[in-house]
Amino acid sequence: MNYTATEMMTVAAARAIRNDDVCFVGIGMPSAACNLARLTHAPDVTLIYESGTIGTKPDVLPLSIGDGELCDTAVTTVAVPEMFRYWLQGGRISVGFLGAAQLDKFGNLNTTVVGGDYNSPKVRLPGGGGAPEIATSCGEIFIVMKQSARGFVDNIDFMTSLGHGKTGKEREALGIKTRGPSRLTTDLCIMETDPASKEFVVTSIHPGVSREQIAENTGWAIRFADQVVETPAPNESELAALRALNERTARAHAGQ
Amino acid sequence: MTLFVSLKEAIAANVFDGDLVALEGFTHLIPYAAGHEIIRQQRKDLTLIRMTPDLIYDQLIGMGCVKKMIFSWGGNPGVGSLRRFRDAYEKSWPHKLEIEEHSHAAMANAYEAGAAGLPCAVFRGYLGAGLAEVNPNIRFIECPFTGERLASVPSIRPDVSIIHAQKANRKGDVLIEGIVGVQKEAVLAAKRAIVTVEEIVDNFDDLHPNACVLPNWTLKAVVPVPGGAHPSYAKGYYERDNAFYKAWDPIASDREGFQAWMQENVLNAGPDAFASRVVFTQAEK
Repeated sequence: MNYTATEMMTVAAARAIRNDDVCFVGIGMPSAACNLARLTHAPDVTLIYESGTIGTKPDVLPLSIGDGELCDTAVTTVAVPEMFRYWLQGGRISVGFLGAAQLDKFGNLNTTVVGGDYNSPKVRLPGGGGAPEIATSCGEIFIVMKQSARGFVDNIDFMTSLGHGKTGKEREALGIKTRGPSRLTTDLCIMETDPASKEFVVTSIHPGVSREQIAENTGWAIRFADQVVETPAPNESELAALRALNERTARAHAGQ
Repeated sequence: MTLFVSLKEAIAANVFDGDLVALEGFTHLIPYAAGHEIIRQQRKDLTLIRMTPDLIYDQLIGMGCVKKMIFSWGGNPGVGSLRRFRDAYEKSWPHKLEIEEHSHAAMANAYEAGAAGLPCAVFRGYLGAGLAEVNPNIRFIECPFTGERLASVPSIRPDVSIIHAQKANRKGDVLIEGIVGVQKEAVLAAKRAIVTVEEIVDNFDDLHPNACVLPNWTLKAVVPVPGGAHPSYAKGYYERDNAFYKAWDPIASDREGFQAWMQENVLNAGPDAFASRVVFTQAEK
C-alpha cells in the first residue's frame, strides 16, 4: 500500500496511545495522532484539550484548541483555571502529547523564539501556551515532530518546556516526579529515551528509511539502540481511518 | 445607573487611554465587536491581557492602540503567526510593543487569584522553564508546610474586563456556557466589566441551577450584539469561522492590506454588521 511519510508518522505516533490513557492533547500533529488512536485501537482513550474539554470525541480535527465540536462531544467541559489546577497539576493526566519548533536530544522543547535572544529574536513564535506545565505535570510526554537538522538541534534557542534538562540531569535534580519525554515519533523513525543518559535513541526505523537519512536530519550525534526494528507500515484500516479523518477535517475547515 | 447601553457608550464610559484591559474568551466567545469599538474610539497606550491574543489583539496592535501585551500563547490557532503582533514586536510597527509572557497555567491561576482578591497566585509550575529567567514577574516561594518550591505570579486585576456571552435576562444577569475559559474569573477580577451578548431573554427560569451566571451587579454594561464574537463563535448560535482564521493570514501579512481591511470592516462599520457575518444555527434549548 502506498502512504506518505506524514501518514507513517501519524500512525506510528498513534500506536503509542493506550486505551486507558488520559491524554492532554496539543494542537496539530499530536491532535491527529491522538484522534487516530481513538478511531482505531484505543476507542476508550480520554482526550483532554486545554480549553477545558474532557473526554472529547471530535468527528473532525479541531483547527483551534477550543473548536465547538470539542465541547459538544465531551464528557464535561470545565473552566480553564480548573483544567490547569485540578486536572493537570492534580496529577490526573497520564500522557501529554506535544509538538515543537525545535527540540534537543533530551526532549527539551522550544516554541518561543528562534535565532537571536529572547528580547531580540530573529523569529518570534507563538510561545509555550500550556506546554511548560504539561511537560512537568503529565505522567510522561510523547512528542511527534517532522525530522530535520534545523528542528532537531544540539542546543535549543529557548527552553520553553523542560524535558530532561540541558545535560539530562536537571529534571531529576529539580525533584520532578513525572517521567518526562519518553518517546519521539518522526517521519523517519521512532526514538525512545535511554533510561540512564536520558537522551533519545533510535529504536525503530520506518520502512525504506536509512540510518544515514536519519543522521543527516538530526543536528546532534544520533545514537541507535543495540536492537533496532523496522516500524510496521501503516495497515489498511489505519490508513483508511486517517484519510477519512483528514478528508472530513479539510471539508469542515473550508467552511463546507 | 443604566446597565443596558449601546456598545459605543459602554466603551466610552469604561475603557480609557492607558488602562489595563482584558478581553477574554478561550477560542470561544471572543468579544470581537467590543474590540472593534475600542479601535473606532482610538484608545491609546492600552496594556492588553489575554491568554491567547487571537486575531482581535492582532487588530488592536496593528491599529496602534497597544503599549504592552501580557499573554501566554500568541499565534493564529492552527494557522501560524499573528502577523501584526510580530511586526510590532520585531519591527516596531506602527510603534514599539512591550510584552510580558507567561504560561497558560500561570495566567489562569493569576486570573483566579485576581477574582479571589489575592495579591498573587501560587502553583506548581515553570519548573526548569526559560520564561522564569526572562520574566521578573515569575518568582518562586517555599511552601511553609512542606518546603516545596512553588511558582508565584502577581494576580491579574484589570481596570476593565470585556467578555461576550450567550444571553442576558431583562435584569441584566448574564449566562455563559460551553467552553467558559477564564471569563468568570476575568469579570470578577476587574474593577469594571462589560458583556456583549447574543440576545436578551425574558428570564432564566429554565436554566440548570449550576449554570454559569454572572449577576447583574457584577457588571457595568450589558450590550446585545448578535454575531459579536465573529470569527470566534457562540455555542448554540453559530460556529467558529475557521475559513476566516485562515483567510486572516494573508490579509495581516501586509501592512497596507491590513489597513485597507480595517478601514472597510472596522472603521467604516459598526456593531450591527456582525449579525450578517455569521450563519445562525437554531439556538439550543
